[in-house]
Formats: sequence, structure tokens, C-alpha cells
Amino acid sequence: MVEHLHAEGEEPAVTLDAFLDQSNATAVRLEPDDDARALIPHLDRLALIEIAFPKYRDGRGYSSARILREAGYTGELRAQGDVLVDQIAFMKRCGFDSFSPEAPLNQADVEAALSRYDHVYQGAADAAVPVWKLRHG
Amino acid sequence: MYKYDNYDQAIVDARVEEFRDQVKRRLAGEITEDQFKPLRLMNGLYLQLHAYMLRVAIPYGTLDSRQMRMLAHIARKYDRDYGHFTTRQNIQYNWIKLEECADLLAELATIEMHAIQTSGNCIRNISSDQYAGAAADEVADPRPWAELLRQWSTFHPEFSYLPRKFKIAVIAADEDRAAMRLHDIGIHLVNRDGKLGAAFYVGGGMGRTPMIAPLIKDYVPIEDFLSYSEACLRVYNRYGRRDNIYKARIKILVHEIGADEYRRQVEEEFAHVKTLGIDPPAAELERIAAYFSPPPFESGLSDDVDRSDPDFAVWLDQNVKPHKQAGYAIVNISLKPIGGIPGDASSAQIDVMADLAEKYSFDELRVTHAQNIVLPHVAKRDLYAVWQALNAADLANANLDLISDIIACPGLDYCSLANARSIPIAQKIATRFADAERQRDLGELKLKISGCINACGHHHAGHIGILGVDRKGVENYQLTLGGSGAEDVSIGKITGPGFDEDGIVDAVERATEKYKELREPGERFVDTYRRVGMEPFKEAIYG
Repeated sequence: MVEHLHAEGEEPAVTLDAFLDQSNATAVRLEPDDDARALIPHLDRLALIEIAFPKYRDGRGYSSARILREAGYTGELRAQGDVLVDQIAFMKRCGFDSFSPEAPLNQADVEAALSRYDHVYQGAADAAVPVWKLRHG
Repeated sequence: MYKYDNYDQAIVDARVEEFRDQVKRRLAGEITEDQFKPLRLMNGLYLQLHAYMLRVAIPYGTLDSRQMRMLAHIARKYDRDYGHFTTRQNIQYNWIKLEECADLLAELATIEMHAIQTSGNCIRNISSDQYAGAAADEVADPRPWAELLRQWSTFHPEFSYLPRKFKIAVIAADEDRAAMRLHDIGIHLVNRDGKLGAAFYVGGGMGRTPMIAPLIKDYVPIEDFLSYSEACLRVYNRYGRRDNIYKARIKILVHEIGADEYRRQVEEEFAHVKTLGIDPPAAELERIAAYFSPPPFESGLSDDVDRSDPDFAVWLDQNVKPHKQAGYAIVNISLKPIGGIPGDASSAQIDVMADLAEKYSFDELRVTHAQNIVLPHVAKRDLYAVWQALNAADLANANLDLISDIIACPGLDYCSLANARSIPIAQKIATRFADAERQRDLGELKLKISGCINACGHHHAGHIGILGVDRKGVENYQLTLGGSGAEDVSIGKITGPGFDEDGIVDAVERATEKYKELREPGERFVDTYRRVGMEPFKEAIYG
């Protein structure tokens, strides 16, 4: 289940450079080549981090998302752009909890994609327990 | 051999149903070919020149007879009665119908096989040494480590949209039979103080910019193995180039920033990743390794082999290799008959090989990156019976590592990326050198042919390499000399202007004649080339 899709009418997220210059913004947008680690000192006051996917093939945002969750970020983490149904499960595993796809997604397809696999092989930024842990308790 | 537990099986079964659903949406017109493409490419399904091609993963090239028979069954039922074994130790089927694809995958899943991550910009099938578990020169069986990587990399959420495809090889022997340093990551298992660990070579590859991977870390202990792999991949995923498909492989990143800087970034990332708890306990490697424990070899078997049949003796000397267990041998089955298509096998031949594995090789087969098949554990007393059965199936070609044991990509006969045909060139060269004694006189000579700059036919690593290019609409073939994918790894150098189809065969022949003239006792073709350099060969080739 997708937690929530992008709400209309909210304050736009500022760029990373603008955020680092001005300090009261609570929402920031990372482009694929932005270094997510630049946000680590400021995670406490961020409510939304939007990560751009200009093309679905550009997977840098997956690493950005995990890095932010690994650093303890607990606010909203949104995937925006060329977000396709067959990527949502990977995105959730990397810590995204909201999605703003450019082309609308069929909700039934999204739910089918998210419930497809009962098991995962590796730990990531979500709560899923890797099978090696299930095997060895 | 590794056996799936319920978790492994559930994941593969779920993948079949997911793909069935994706194909259904495509066939119903709910998604366009453009939208379907990234989905099928995550599952080894390519649209080639004439039909869909499906690539089935054979993890680290290891199979049992049940799996091998299924590959024959699939060739018979879904293809044109043959399959093509690849340089990535996989098998490809060239004539697949989209509407039958999910059923095919469902049949594969019943024998613990799949096509997951055999294409796409993700971590591909892990390759390994085809003599694993049988070679005398290995410190351990590398396949448990490869299986750990297989599981870790399967549906890895962070690394499924890498800048480009990613290939990992794991070996554990002195001799490199897997072209380890020509992989994105080459892993060489080593012993340190009696404890096994992994040396990481990162940033090798072929393609249009061939590179030999530099050593990044000389020893990674098992307890850090996946964390270190994850750190290597994360640095690549974040900083690998995405502006140009031809500069997107990790070799370009490592080359551009330098091995020292890449290592520094990996070490920094590793220090962080290590805190995340992604490494399984040692018990998981032990669980996997138990599946690869040595088969119940008989002890006290004789090492004597009756050589009275001369054809058998020739095959014995060429295709049979020493085994670490007394009384046993490693049998190589060459899929390179003179005039045949390198790597192709008919359904009937695949069945014959499965039967032989079941009866004579503790139910195991291997696929090699040179597109041949191995029976890893054959008792020497059975070698003659094995040879007779192979001979009856046209599988007793005694040409392992000789000039007609050619690696060739599918080329323009099948591939939508190719600029030139590879298969007819391989056939013509093999036919030119058909005389068995002439081939044996030339000795080890690895000839590799690619039909385009992507180098799927490993031409850079050929003692003699051939690269097909398109020159103003005409197929043209460049010749390279001096490459190697073995432990003496090197990249071949271009001799000069290219040739047409017949000209390249003549040029290869002139190079071999020059070698015979210049060689010193015991020297292979590549040794002579390295000693004397390009000039004498160039003169011989271009006159």
C-alpha cells in the first residue's frame, strides 16, 4: 500500500544549494547528482525530502534514500518523477514512503507489485527481514 | 550442488507470476513495447533481429542432470531444438514466443532455475571456475561465496538501476579459468593464517574500452564480504557515469578517479555500511558450503587408462584434465565441432550430456566461459565409456584450447547490436584448420571473435582476437594479437587495417605460420608474440 501520493498545494521543496544557504526551509529536493550526505547535519528540521527521478533508469536516488534513512532521517521521503509501478517495491525498500509519479499509476497494479514477494534476500532501509536471518534465527 | 529451500523457491515462483502478469498486460495492449522493455529486460528477454531471445541463468555455471534435461526439454518444446551456451556460463534460446515465456519460466522454476537478472543494468549471473571442487590448485570451492553473492544481489533494491550492467566472477585457484580480472568485480579467494578471505579486483572489463581490474583490497574476511561488496557497488551507483552509455561501466569510474581514490571512497563507505548489519553470520556460508561438499569419491582407484584406441588417446590428451582426487579426471566436452556454431548444442546432445553426468560424474555438469561443458568428476576407469558415448553424439571433438575451440558471439546472424557476422568467420577458420594434427602442432591458441565493439566474444582476451566492424556498409574484420583472459591477463593489440571475410581467415593463417617459424621450444603462440612483439607478425600478415 502506498502511504500517500503527493499532496497538491504544499510549499515547494527548495534545491539543495538553496537549502544549505537559507536555513528555515523544511522541505528540500535532491537531484540525482546531489550528495545526500550534505543534508545529514540538518535532518532534524526537515519534514520532507523529495528525490528526483528524471529518468527511471537513473538509480542514484535509491542510494540517496538509503543514505538518508541510514543517517536516521524519519520524515517524509518522496520519489518524484519517472516513477514506474515496477520500481515502487525497490523504492520502498530503500526508504521512500511517498511517491509523486509524473504519469499516474494504477493503484491496483501498485498494490499487486508491493505484495508480490513475501521474502527478501538482503537487508535494506525497510523492516523486511532477510531470509538469512529467518534461516538462522 | 546448492538446493533451494522454501525461501529460495518462493522468491523464484513469485518472479514467474510477476512476469506472467507483465506479459499478460503487454499482450492485452495495456502497456506499450516501450513500457514493457524495462520489465522484460529485468528478466533476460531480449528482442533480437528475428525473434525474442531468452537468457536463462546458470549460477556459476553449475548444473545437475535434472536441470540439464530441462534445458533440452525447453529447447525442444519452446525453441528450435537447440540451445546456445554463452560466455557468461548461461544458456540462450533464440526463438522464443512471448506468449509462451511465462510457462517456460514456470517449468524452469520446478528445477530451481530462472532468468532473473540475466539482462538489465543490474548485477548479473555470478560466474566462476568451471573446475571448482575438482581442481588441484584451488584453496577452496569458490561456489559457496558465489551463491552468497547470488542471493545478496537478487532483487537488490538499491542496485537494480545501476549506470550499466555489472558482472562478478569468483575464483579460488592459481590458474584463472574465469577471466576474473576482466569483470566489473573479480574476486580471488585467498588463505591468510588459515582463514579464507576475498581479494577484490574492481574495474575490469572488455567492451570498447578494455581494462584489467586493479587490486582494490587484498583481503576481505567472510564477516565483511557482503558489506564490502555493497560499499563497492554504492560508490559505483552514486558516481558511475550516466551521461554516456559507453562510459558507464565501473571500469571507467575506476580509471578516471584512479584505483587509489576509488579504494579510499570504498573504504569510507565500508566503514559506514559495516555498521548496518547486512552481513549474514558465518553459519550462512557454512549452510551453503555444505551443499558443495565433495561427492563420495571412491578411494584406491587406479590412475591407469587404456590408451589403445588412438582416437580416444588423442581426446584424452587434449580434453581431459587432472583432478585433485586420485583415480578421477575432469572431462571437457567441446561444443566446437569443425564447421559448427560455437556453443550450440541440440536437445539430443544436451540429454546425452545429462545422462553422462548422472551416470559418471556424480550428477554434475559445468558450463565454461569458453562455451564448452565440463563433467567435473569422472573416474578414470569410466573415461573410455564416456568418450564412446560422446563420440556417438558428435561431442568428442578433441580440440580444447586449440585454434578451433573458438569463442564467438552470436553476431549479426542474431544480435540486433552486431555490426558483422561472427559465426561464419568461426566456421571458416575452424574449417581452414580442420586438420587435427595441424591444430595440435599449433598448441594452445585461444581465438575469440566479436561481431561488434561490445566484445561479447571476448576478442580483447584472445591470443588471436577478431573484431567485426561495419565499414561503409560492408563487414570488415580487425585482427588483434596478444590478449589473454587467464592469470597472465592482457589486452590484445590491433595488427593494422582490417580484412574482408576471406581475408581475415588468410591473415589468421599467416600469423600462425609466422609463429611456427619463430617459436622456441615450449612456447605457445602468445608467448612467442610477447617475446618478439608485433612487428614480425605484421610483416607476415600484411607482406
